[in-house]
Amino acid sequence: MTKWLEVCDLGDIPRLGARVVNHGDLAIAVFRNADDEVFALEDRCPHKGGPLSQGIVHGKRVTCPLHGWNIELVAGCAVPPDVGCAREFPIKLEDGRVWLDATMA
Amino acid sequence: MDMSTSPVGPKMKLVMVGNGMAGVRTLEELLKHAPGLYDITVFGAEPHPNYNRILLSPVLAGEQTVDDIVLNPLDWYRDHAITLHTGKKVVKIDRNARFVETADGVRAGYDRLLIATGSNPFILPVPGADLPGVISFRDIADVDAMIQASSQYRHAVVIGGGLLGLEAANGLMKRGMEVSVVHIAPWLMERQLDEPAARLLQKSLEEKGMKFLLQKQTAELVRGESGRVAAIKFKDGDSAPADLVVMAVGIRPNTELAESAGLHCNRGIVVNDTMQTFDPRIYSIGECAAHRGIAYGLVAPLFEQAKVCANHLAQHGIGRYQGSITSTKLKVTGIDLFSAGDFMGGEGTESILYSDPIGGVYKKLVIKDDKLVGGVMYGDTVDGAWYFSLLRDGKNVNELRDHLMFGQDHCGNLGHSGINKAATMTDDMEVCGCNGVCKGDIVKAIREKGLFTLEDVRKHTKASSSCGSCTGLVEQILAVTAGGDYSATPKTKSMCGCTDHTHEDVRAAIRQNKLLTIPQVQQFMEWDTPNGCASCRTALNYYLISTWPGEAEDDPQSRFINERAHANIQKDGTYSVIPRMWGGNTTPSELRRIATVAEKYNIPTVHVTGGQRIDLLGVKKEDLPKVWADLDMPSGHAYGKALRTVKTCVGSEWCRFGTQDSTRMGIDLEKAFFKMWAPHKVKLAVSGCPRNCAEVAIKDVGIIGVDSGWEIYVAGNGGIKTEVAQFLIKVKTEAEVLEYSGAFLQLYREEGRYLDRTVHYVERVGLDYVKKKILEDAEGRRALYERLLFALSVERDPWVERAREGKLAHEFEALTV
Repeated sequence: MTKWLEVCDLGDIPRLGARVVNHGDLAIAVFRNADDEVFALEDRCPHKGGPLSQGIVHGKRVTCPLHGWNIELVAGCAVPPDVGCAREFPIKLEDGRVWLDATMA
Repeated sequence: MDMSTSPVGPKMKLVMVGNGMAGVRTLEELLKHAPGLYDITVFGAEPHPNYNRILLSPVLAGEQTVDDIVLNPLDWYRDHAITLHTGKKVVKIDRNARFVETADGVRAGYDRLLIATGSNPFILPVPGADLPGVISFRDIADVDAMIQASSQYRHAVVIGGGLLGLEAANGLMKRGMEVSVVHIAPWLMERQLDEPAARLLQKSLEEKGMKFLLQKQTAELVRGESGRVAAIKFKDGDSAPADLVVMAVGIRPNTELAESAGLHCNRGIVVNDTMQTFDPRIYSIGECAAHRGIAYGLVAPLFEQAKVCANHLAQHGIGRYQGSITSTKLKVTGIDLFSAGDFMGGEGTESILYSDPIGGVYKKLVIKDDKLVGGVMYGDTVDGAWYFSLLRDGKNVNELRDHLMFGQDHCGNLGHSGINKAATMTDDMEVCGCNGVCKGDIVKAIREKGLFTLEDVRKHTKASSSCGSCTGLVEQILAVTAGGDYSATPKTKSMCGCTDHTHEDVRAAIRQNKLLTIPQVQQFMEWDTPNGCASCRTALNYYLISTWPGEAEDDPQSRFINERAHANIQKDGTYSVIPRMWGGNTTPSELRRIATVAEKYNIPTVHVTGGQRIDLLGVKKEDLPKVWADLDMPSGHAYGKALRTVKTCVGSEWCRFGTQDSTRMGIDLEKAFFKMWAPHKVKLAVSGCPRNCAEVAIKDVGIIGVDSGWEIYVAGNGGIKTEVAQFLIKVKTEAEVLEYSGAFLQLYREEGRYLDRTVHYVERVGLDYVKKKILEDAEGRRALYERLLFALSVERDPWVERAREGKLAHEFEALTV
């Protein structure tokens, strides 16, 4: 069952940027792209655990700050030929507010 | 409009005529960009799936098998729902009704047609050319015929002493035949080699048992009693026995089908920069296509074409093919040969020669206007890839001149000497020290994934993708593993995959059109991606703020995290903080504050850096603004492409040898250039006497105090590519030191490519150019210095802004749910 948690205003996330959302021990990166779409991935690169929230956002991808892997914001998987996925979380935008479901999958 | 994904309605039909390397590569690229956009049908005249034609020579020589060289097995076509017709020759294109038809009546309709029919071997029009036993060297059937003949007959004659002919001759010899090579020119491979190199090649092939008949013109192939060819007759009356004749006298673009369909052909099917023929529904690439008058016959340019063509077919409509320069390597085991560019030289060029006929080594480099324009190497080709990159990038080689002939290892590429003979390396030897990639990993990836370009190898293995110093070695492994003609690349190097424009194009456009934001640049220069990538955005941000200081606004989202957070990210996601200590001087009070901060924020590691500063490692991001506030010291910019440290010795103030107050000079320089962003990091040093305790010889700008003034050295480097700084000038006063150093740094700021250190910049433009700008043009020098001072006047200390004024507070605050 989906459990929506209210996170912040869309405006609290910089365009082409991200914020870190802590939920217990879990760090989730919440991204906003140029088209004001939002995405949520666990803040851990599948490569060596780099904080994806700190990367550069472009199109629907983020470049990990540690070794430059590109990760798809939709579904969280690395752009081939790199292999691996960061966990994706359900996220939605309603009336300018960002909602997240951080329940463990 | 994005038409590349889930199109509505029936799919468009793409038909490809020809099932060779260039065509199939196009399909692979297309499937990557727009899977499902087309129903694809492929016609191949040969009964095989796509194979690597370059490797026919090793198959003939018995070093590989046909299975080894298949690039796309039948499963690949099936997996991608491609209808494949092998062994079917298309004989007709109906451009009105839009279908193609094979000799045996199979029809396929198309919305887009790709003609990739390759080339045909040229057959000499001499009597007997059609006899049994007379073949060319073009496909698997030819190789089979040669292998067959080698088991029954003794005398083989290869007509043509070019690349292909010699490879055929070598293979036949290995199969046990007695081989003579007939060549019309006075020396072998005259299109790739000059005479001395060709003589060495001939000598070593003769030692292997090959015979040569040079300057011989074929008059007739003589029929024997069995009906098969039996001898070859020359115009001068000589003759030689021949049970097998292989014609390798060149190829001709296969334009027969295109011409029959009325498409404009001129030594190839004429295409534009998007690989379209005069009928825009019909594309052509590969050896059959003539682009700007050239039909390429090497793999790398054809793969560039494939990329562009696929991009266009995928309806992205971006990317242009602008031609290639190429290099050659001969695939005869035991023979090492490389040539590129204008290797003959001529008027206006100079040549550097190295000739050791006994040792079997010959090298020639051709230089024009201080740039390498061509070269040929025989016997020792280790530095081929390096020369080729110098040639391609048009680098100024004036200062390398004395060492150029002795290769890259003699030009400051420390750490890799002695291990760069790719062929002699074992599989477990490390190639890329940054990413821990061994030769075996690279070879395996090249074989298993069918990689052909340096870019592909980088993506799959990460080798040479970090510091890049092993690039030449990776290229060599690629050459040895994938076949010879790997290394041709586009004539100009674009900024990144998002655009075809070069760094210089982009900077010029920003300046001339007063572009002030990244979206403006991307729109004006027709970027291929909606908002760039991590490579181009960081570069664009720098170009904008350095071109229009005070007007273009810094974009934090286009800064690498270190420059966004103003601290260095560490492997565990924490940060390091290095406060500035002017000229390496500090005070008890500063040290007390540093100690207090380290304890208060539980900072696990305190480290003294090589740049005479103190590094606090393991700081949590949310603590950064508080740490900065408590330290109350300026940003050290140790995280940035910016002015880092100015290292000094204690100079005349304390040292009994000191001749100048180097500490004061260092502090003055550091205060003057504080907050300076640059294409890459910038390090300075000042020594008070020639004993040089501050190690100025490996700094971007190094100053040495002597009794009569200050010597200024530039473009040194202590990192990946150790490089000793070069003497620029000796000046008398401190004010001159500031002006000359500042002008040099501003020149680099204005003209350096993003991520080039000063050493790379000066290597590219040449020290003479720098001298012209800084030493000979006093007015220009002052203007450069003024521009630097102005740019710095509008910069503020980022730590003060964030610690005291709350700028971009969200960057340091996590949310909680």
